[in-house]
Amino acid sequence: MTGLFSEVFLSALLFGAVTAAIPLLLAGLGEQMSEKAGVLNIGIEGMMLAGAYLGFVGAFYSGSLWLGFLTGAAGGVAVAMIMALLCVRIGLNQIVIGIALTLGLEGLTALLHHFQFSRSYPRLPAAEATVIPLLSDIPVIGPAFFKHHLIVYLAVALVFAMGYLYRRTQLGLNLQAAGDKPAALDVAGIDVIRTRTIAVLTTGALAGLGGAYLANVGAGLFIPFITNGAGFLGIVLAMLARGRPVWVLFGALLFGVCLSLTTAMQVAGINIPTDVIQMLPFLAVMIMLVLFGRRASLPAALGIPYERGAR
Amino acid sequence: MSIDTAPTASATALDATSGTATRRDILHRLLMTLGPILIALIIAGFILLAVGVDPLAYYGFVLEKGLFSPLGIQQTLTRMAPLLFLAAGLIVAFRAGMWNLGGDGQFLLGAVTAAASAPVLVQIMPSWLALTFSFLIAMAVAMIWSLIPALLRAYQGVNEIITTLMMTFLGTSLANVLVKLMFRDPSTTVPQTRTLPVEDRLPRLFETTITSGLLLGLAAIIIVHLVMTRTAFGLKLRIVGANPRAAVHAGLGVSGLTVTVFAISAGLAGLAGAVDIIGVQGNVRADWNPAYGLAVIPAVFLARMNGFAAIGFVFLLSVLSIGGESAARRLGVPNHFTLVLVSIVLIVLALAEYVDHRYNQSRKA
Repeated sequence: MTGLFSEVFLSALLFGAVTAAIPLLLAGLGEQMSEKAGVLNIGIEGMMLAGAYLGFVGAFYSGSLWLGFLTGAAGGVAVAMIMALLCVRIGLNQIVIGIALTLGLEGLTALLHHFQFSRSYPRLPAAEATVIPLLSDIPVIGPAFFKHHLIVYLAVALVFAMGYLYRRTQLGLNLQAAGDKPAALDVAGIDVIRTRTIAVLTTGALAGLGGAYLANVGAGLFIPFITNGAGFLGIVLAMLARGRPVWVLFGALLFGVCLSLTTAMQVAGINIPTDVIQMLPFLAVMIMLVLFGRRASLPAALGIPYERGAR
Repeated sequence: MSIDTAPTASATALDATSGTATRRDILHRLLMTLGPILIALIIAGFILLAVGVDPLAYYGFVLEKGLFSPLGIQQTLTRMAPLLFLAAGLIVAFRAGMWNLGGDGQFLLGAVTAAASAPVLVQIMPSWLALTFSFLIAMAVAMIWSLIPALLRAYQGVNEIITTLMMTFLGTSLANVLVKLMFRDPSTTVPQTRTLPVEDRLPRLFETTITSGLLLGLAAIIIVHLVMTRTAFGLKLRIVGANPRAAVHAGLGVSGLTVTVFAISAGLAGLAGAVDIIGVQGNVRADWNPAYGLAVIPAVFLARMNGFAAIGFVFLLSVLSIGGESAARRLGVPNHFTLVLVSIVLIVLALAEYVDHRYNQSRKA
């Protein structure tokens, strides 16, 4: 009996870990692209919130989860457009604008939620899962990893697509150059502003999608401040991954397990403040950094707006 | 303006023109600050209209409560105390080129240690000594908390944005754990620390409700400003900030300076927490996190890391947050609108600075 219980428990724990990891993965992958191109995108938390809110609104009124993902991504892109305009094109300080956008979206989405949903707190029906045949029959692992909404598999596939993009395509090289030596890219005849704009808008789309997943699949509803620092976690993941998408995936899963553990412990009635468990992933990463911390390989021009002809 | 004054280049004329120039300069600065704020208020007003709230009534309440009513302005000035300490800490770090984004964690740990130590200490020693000790303990704890990011950055080159962000997540959780498990007041059902009696808190100024923490905060930020701009030590830090490699070649001990900068910056953030607790709150409730740091960071940037300008921006933030809280209560708008307002103000101010800069450049060219 206990064996059966722990098996069910374990697969539920891992299932929750994947669900918690996906928004972090998408945010981390998005942030990674911005950082590669030399833009420190601190506004990603705001982009996720815009995605979560608009994603929920889209899914709620249309009844289609996919339309929700689309509106969520669009919401992220809309915020990213402001960021691209102000920080890439005009070259305003990325930290000022990033934090301002995060604050603004926190307020705006909470405000809209108050006037729209605060009386009814509507929920979406549970997302229907795409069950992968055969693989989903494996005990523990099957129900944990192979019974998710289709977008989960797409997000994981995106990790490898990103790896290919960075290593094998012209755009990938351009992105890297925009972050490492933008002047060289400019001399080679490629528009730095445009390359960076592409990166920031992609970040917005991915962050928005991550937010929409968080609200629509993870929670089934939108509440103010629902992202609760997920965007900042994305920044941490992107920086730890040193430009490699696969490491974002591993990092996201590590954080996902810890987040899922928090809920599982509460359900199991174990009497430890959730704060203790919430500290675990950060402790793990800090210990890793202390033990193996080497010079970070961040792009040379990270955070510096590009201005043609400037020294 | 230089063309007008060029022919009469006597010493007195020069003095006179420099006098008008600075006055014009101040006027210009004032215009470049108040103008954008007005524009931001108008933009935010449209959002208010969209959700069906009268913007004029809202702003009326903000101004009345945040600025013009005696009680309101006193609350505003009280709110400034922790923000000034935080801003001072950020000025040191940013001028030295170090992104201490861990202010909120350092703030909370400082707050919790102050809340844990002050009520105990006041029972065994005179209140002024107890408060001094609490301040020092809060500062020390925040400094120790910053040691890991500082050492990693100084000796391993690990980027401090990641480490301070992670330490702030850790610090927030740790502060909660400390409140719930270690320093919990056994006599209350809500998890919170022991409350410091009002008579033992920082004295209020004269006959008002303004905390004397305001004076401490003002002193902190002015001292920081003077140290950074007028002393050899400040110059060293600014060299490290401008070009760390050049600093190494100039023979500066960059690693040691890095650790020092983190310690000062975090220490001031810890003091910010302490001044909020010992001066105003009296205790820390579980899950309390005002997240002041996030709003102060952009304000410090807009002030161009100038201490006096930062005082102005901190005042503005306080007016908006105190006034916004009250306006929100009276008009039935959630307080979250203040965040939107602050955000728009920050963006428009940043834009205005850019436009001004470009205008000056094109005039020179």
